[in-house]
Amino acid sequence: MNPTMNAQSNLRRVAIDPVTRVEGHGKITLLLDADNHIHEARFHIVEFRGFEKFIQGRPYWEVPFFVQRLCGICPVSHQLAAAKAVDQLVGVEQLTPTAEKLRRLLHFGQTLQSHALHFFHLSSPDFLFGFGSDPAQRNIVGVLEKYPELALKGVKLRKYGQQIIAAIAGKRIHGTATVAGGMNKALSLAERDTLLADIQDILAWCQEAVTLNEHIHTSHPEHQVFATLRSNFLGMVGRGGELELYHGGLRATAADGKRIFDQFDYRGYQEIIREEVRSWSYMKFPYLTALGKEQGWYRVGPLARVNNCDSIATPLAETARKNFRAFGHGGFVHDTLAYHWARMIEALHCAESIHALLLDPDITGSELVATHGEKCSTGIGVIEAPRGTLFHHYQIDEQGLITKANLIVSTTSNNQAMNESVRAVANQYLDGHEITEGLLNHLEVAVRAYDPCLSCATHALGKMPLQIELLDADGLLLDRLSKASTGLIERTD
Amino acid sequence: MPKLLLFGYGNPGRGDDGLGPELVERITRLQLKDVACQNDMQLQIEHVTDLSEHEQVVFIDADMCCASPFEFSEIYAAKDGSYSSHAMHPAALLYAYQQVYGKTAPATFLLRIRGYDFALGDGISTQASLNLDAATRLVRELCKAMHPRH
Repeated sequence: MNPTMNAQSNLRRVAIDPVTRVEGHGKITLLLDADNHIHEARFHIVEFRGFEKFIQGRPYWEVPFFVQRLCGICPVSHQLAAAKAVDQLVGVEQLTPTAEKLRRLLHFGQTLQSHALHFFHLSSPDFLFGFGSDPAQRNIVGVLEKYPELALKGVKLRKYGQQIIAAIAGKRIHGTATVAGGMNKALSLAERDTLLADIQDILAWCQEAVTLNEHIHTSHPEHQVFATLRSNFLGMVGRGGELELYHGGLRATAADGKRIFDQFDYRGYQEIIREEVRSWSYMKFPYLTALGKEQGWYRVGPLARVNNCDSIATPLAETARKNFRAFGHGGFVHDTLAYHWARMIEALHCAESIHALLLDPDITGSELVATHGEKCSTGIGVIEAPRGTLFHHYQIDEQGLITKANLIVSTTSNNQAMNESVRAVANQYLDGHEITEGLLNHLEVAVRAYDPCLSCATHALGKMPLQIELLDADGLLLDRLSKASTGLIERTD
Repeated sequence: MPKLLLFGYGNPGRGDDGLGPELVERITRLQLKDVACQNDMQLQIEHVTDLSEHEQVVFIDADMCCASPFEFSEIYAAKDGSYSSHAMHPAALLYAYQQVYGKTAPATFLLRIRGYDFALGDGISTQASLNLDAATRLVRELCKAMHPRH
């Protein structure tokens, strides 16, 4: 149900604007009923970019570099998804071994740096200091002060991922690496050796991060019920059902483990996924066609992937995955805060995969571009980006100009799940007519678990003011909380 | 490890905002001994790891408010809220350095070059180019002082 505000005259509205320590800016509105219970939660977006529209008319080969401007955190993910679509446009079914391995190395570097950024920079302050601790301390600088060794490892993990990106794409952010049917630069022996020199430290720190997150989650029963939902999971898996981040088939599984589809060719994604538009948000609501709008929402990203796969091909991450699944007693782990634990398991998998690729002789090969085949008018590229399954779909005309584009980014896939988690937390922590800082932060912790990238999901410009409002059924202001960019929170008239 | 680190930051795609990276590019081409050169779009917390093992650091940035052609001053660690943004202030980076390594950061200076036009897609403006030339001469003198054979 998506009732409009006007149709709900008996409801009060609480707006939290924006959410901090996520990529981009978001806003939460809580719709209360006359008994002060949460009727509906809306995690919504008031910004708009419209990448899908303004790339129309551009030549297809520009697209991977255009679309990576969606985001400063995961530009590589957008570049790779678009590059896979462009491969289809030029009739390339199979890259050269070197090109595919370079793309995978680039993708693992991107995922490692993004996961490190999310846990160490954005989320670890909540867990190390407590959700309700002093906001002046609950940030990366606070972690640097109190846990400098841990913070430095996080900083270096992110930097290592960025070094991989720079080695392959020329620079850390918004570099160029892909061309139609391949890659544009070989990895030199010197670049490989520089990256290999640090890999043992990276592996050790990723293992520590997994251990830390496992300990945090399993030793805090309250974390296991916080914002927890039972949901469907969607993700890509390899041919043997293993965790696969670059290329594979789509798998969807219901909350009880029942398979909805498996090894589905992502080029037919429009058969299995539909997108609903709601008037109050620029972010769409995708759902699994087979289950319909009400039951078909799903989660993507680390929690979905680690639950959904049958194995992980690298040994340390596989051991960690088994421990994770054992925590679910044979079933899925649905705990929303277990996203963090799953994210670090994936970081460890990335580190192991990077190590293996750097030792592979193909990685420094010089056969970079496959022979182009018969051109196609449609290209669909899908990868598992750090935040979840990422779809890029393009159509071109006879001149090779884009006529249509459709992107389903990971945060969009988690849209309904974030709303549901917000509602669960608000029901637990909202008391009466007063908006408290504690409520605000608990809601942010719930949203942050998904590592949402609102820039990608909405495609936006500008920065929203920071405000929380509580309105009664007649629109009268009951309470308002403002949050400055410095983190200072104050109640205003 | 080179004694001096020159660190330019700014966006070359936004007119005079690219002054810092452009200056560092000029020095890089000289291949000076004992001078390390680095550029980036903005400062982030990861850059603390770039500061260690140098004796001195010079950050080079464009500035739309400083005196023309440039201002040069020593800076010290200072805690502020810029860590939560996409662009840290260099003084905040020095503060983060202290927290991470438990010691004072290397002697650090900030060279602010006066810029005028920061529009998207523009090149460096005529007046800013003159300021850049003056700032480049200063940095070359600094490098010479560091290593007289330069």
